[in-house]
Amino acid sequence: MIITVASGKGGTGKTTIATSLAHSLAVEQPTPPLFLDCDVEAPNAHLFLHPRLDEQQDVALLIPSVNESKCTHCGKCAEVCQYHAIAVLGQKTLVFPQLCHGCGSCTALCPEKAITEIPDRMGVIERGLATGGISFARGVLDVGEPMAVPIIRQLKKWVPAKPGQVVIRDAPPGTSCPVVESMRGSDFLLLVTEPTPFGLHDLRLAIQVGREMGIPCGVIINRENGSYPALDEFCFDNHLPVLLRIPFERVIAEGVAQGKTLVEIHPEYADRFLRMFTQIASLL
Amino acid sequence: MKIVLTTVSTNLDSEVDPLFGRAANLLVVDTDTLEWKAESNPGAGASGGAGIRAAQFVADQNAQAAISGDFGPHAFEALQAAGIAMYLYGDCKNAHQAIERFIAGQLQRVGGPTRGECDSSHHGQSA
Repeated sequence: MIITVASGKGGTGKTTIATSLAHSLAVEQPTPPLFLDCDVEAPNAHLFLHPRLDEQQDVALLIPSVNESKCTHCGKCAEVCQYHAIAVLGQKTLVFPQLCHGCGSCTALCPEKAITEIPDRMGVIERGLATGGISFARGVLDVGEPMAVPIIRQLKKWVPAKPGQVVIRDAPPGTSCPVVESMRGSDFLLLVTEPTPFGLHDLRLAIQVGREMGIPCGVIINRENGSYPALDEFCFDNHLPVLLRIPFERVIAEGVAQGKTLVEIHPEYADRFLRMFTQIASLL
Repeated sequence: MKIVLTTVSTNLDSEVDPLFGRAANLLVVDTDTLEWKAESNPGAGASGGAGIRAAQFVADQNAQAAISGDFGPHAFEALQAAGIAMYLYGDCKNAHQAIERFIAGQLQRVGGPTRGECDSSHHGQSA
């Protein structure tokens, strides 16, 4: 089973929830879970799960390189490029690597075979064993690189789950392409929100993405502090199960700031996470 | 000489469009005969690389100059590679006025991009 923890709004507690769930399952499941930190622009799950990242692999995009002596400036490459990453301007063919998605269409369709593909590194994927036997992997996007999706895609491919192994993906915030790529192929979306208008607003967007992708969703309300009826009404009206409520507590904030999961701060949370997991399994 | 202007609508009296890549229309004018045609900008609706797409159009017209209110870094690089001179509207209100001033040599020529790159982080991708 693949569970992706997402939120819409940033800073609601995705990583806290994802790592705490991984911790709880590591103790209880015959095979400890596989944890993928898909927030490749700012991965931070390692701070909670302390993996030994002993394997690495570069992630590169194949960028076209034009041999001007073979190029007849026919314009086929520019015509086929959806991202306008290649342009034929009079007697010059220009490549804009930052816009290239590495699809290879220009290379495949060049009638003169004037294009070769050059790998352009954009980041790295790393893996190793973490606390409690958790299989851990993460992607890290290089500073200044604009595209996170190819790294997430390669990360997912690089570490397949063992039979019976639960996969937990920690998604980036927002609802754009990296989030969609993190969610793609998941069995369940665990959406972490907070009882604020901003939290609700972005939860609404995240739910829309989940529904569009046909993936069942459940909600965790983090930092609950008194009642915020609008959020509960939204979940009720949209048939979204509220799977866990975590109170707004100074002890939790202090523990998280020290790199502790909820389970390490309050051991009784292990049971709550396992019950939630059983509930998710029953919903599928 | 053929020139291309970025315009809001599709005639010589059109208001100028200050954007290059995202301009609504592109007006192609022959400054010798004053013959002209207007086409909708193929870059206007692009999800990314709008400036490059618009520059490609200008190059395909065999134009020698482009006039707009703004040239981003990609558009600048593309137009420069094609040997197309870039000029700014300044306080020109409509295309007619800009053509007259261009012919009179009164428009400011651009030597570098007039702004930084737009936030490309969402181009197919990130948060």
